Amino acid sequence: MSHAEAELAARTAYGRLLAYLAAGWRDVASAEDALGDAFLAALETWPRAGVPDKPEAWLLAAARRRLVDGARHAKVEVTAAAGLQMVIERVQHEVSSDAIFPDERLRLLFVCAHPAIDEAARTPLMLQTVLGLDAARIASAFLVSPAAMGQRLVRVKAKIRDAGIRFEIPEPHELPERLEAYGSGWEDVAGADARRRGLAEEAIWLGRLVAGLVPGEPEARGLLALMLHCEARRAARRDANGGYVPLARQNVARWSRGTMDEAEEILAAAAREKKPGRFQLEAAIQSAHARRAVTGRTDWEAIALLYEGLLRCAPTVGARVGHAAALAEARGAAAGLAALDALVPATIRTYQPYWALRAHLLGSLGRAAEARHAYGLAIGMCEDPAARAFLVGQAASA
Amino acid sequence: MKYTVLIYESEADFSARTDAKRQDAYWGAYRAYTKALTEAGVMVGGAPLQPGHLATTIRQRDGKRHVQDGPYAEAKEQLGGYYVIEVPDLDKALEWAARCPAASSGAVEVRPNLPM
Repeated sequence: MSHAEAELAARTAYGRLLAYLAAGWRDVASAEDALGDAFLAALETWPRAGVPDKPEAWLLAAARRRLVDGARHAKVEVTAAAGLQMVIERVQHEVSSDAIFPDERLRLLFVCAHPAIDEAARTPLMLQTVLGLDAARIASAFLVSPAAMGQRLVRVKAKIRDAGIRFEIPEPHELPERLEAYGSGWEDVAGADARRRGLAEEAIWLGRLVAGLVPGEPEARGLLALMLHCEARRAARRDANGGYVPLARQNVARWSRGTMDEAEEILAAAAREKKPGRFQLEAAIQSAHARRAVTGRTDWEAIALLYEGLLRCAPTVGARVGHAAALAEARGAAAGLAALDALVPATIRTYQPYWALRAHLLGSLGRAAEARHAYGLAIGMCEDPAARAFLVGQAASA
Repeated sequence: MKYTVLIYESEADFSARTDAKRQDAYWGAYRAYTKALTEAGVMVGGAPLQPGHLATTIRQRDGKRHVQDGPYAEAKEQLGGYYVIEVPDLDKALEWAARCPAASSGAVEVRPNLPM
């Protein structure tokens, strides 16, 4: 078993065990503690006594004992008592039927994406509970101090317990909203501002999990297709010297054909459901860019049209700037600049991609002084040294 | 809230300041960063500092003065300057700190200012 396979197996086991315990107990934090203790007990016991036939069942039993003991010792609250009863029943059920325990990860994911949960904590909570990532790594990816991230996660888990958030698959009419809450945490996988740096693999893993668990929901597939299209271009985003290469200049031979083909298949399957939505549109935009690998050109008019559709259902600042970029390519820099001028100043003041595009468009219109000013801001707000060096080069030739 | 962004630079960063090949990129990045802070309305103040070998450190112990050449602590990365910024919370302060050129070559420390 390779390291990656071992990690995947551990991740799958952890997420499934935690989701099952948390769904029965309705208390994510206690379930995590109990599972942590069970893993510790396994580390002590297994080397001596050998690995049990069904390691997951062993871990589950150990964690349950810990939960039950903990609840007996603590003041048992009404809700916890109900949870206790449920877990005991499940233990009995499982012992009598020897059934493999059900996969509750989707319930856990949707609890993490619940509207009552602080928006900023949703994706970190998914990463911690379903994937078992540690708080320090999550904090780095989200540019938050590890102590603050730890506190945020503790707070939302207390809320899940105390507010009695149901571990249920949302009703069909609630599903789009929850999926949106789930997906919006991952938009930046596209690499626009590299905020979720280093978590692309985890995002895709979760994306596959959700798409597999709700096969009837085309938006889940749309999100997965979007992530795969962006991931397919990962290698092409840097040249041999580590320099930044913008999408329009990327060598299509360095795009991963296998990943793009998979994305296309998933998006086509989603489209057959005839329920378009935000993530399918975003994936369709990436799909249109990917066509360059086949046709050798980019159909910017088609991309601008897709952005118009996207703006109708998800008018984010990122989508508006993307739309302006497509307009500039399709109908000229002036058209793109007009779209940028129409944006609300407060939304773009510190939004780096806006200033980078504005600088580029002003430069191509020969408005050199304004271009230099915009380049200055774009460079000053740039976090990625490779992208910063690229912009410095652009500014020098503007 | 006011935060101080302390910039710790490597030897290479300090030498880039005067290196004919690298100084344009170095100062260009800091000028752009300072401008972005200013135009965003978060800049309160700050200063670039000369390298650590020009520092002089003073300690008073038992009525005696000890003066030593160099920074108070020898380390691979040295304080190269600082910004004071005013932002709503630590998340915003970290967002700006991550954009500081030294974040990708040395280190950037963010501290909340003590309200006075």
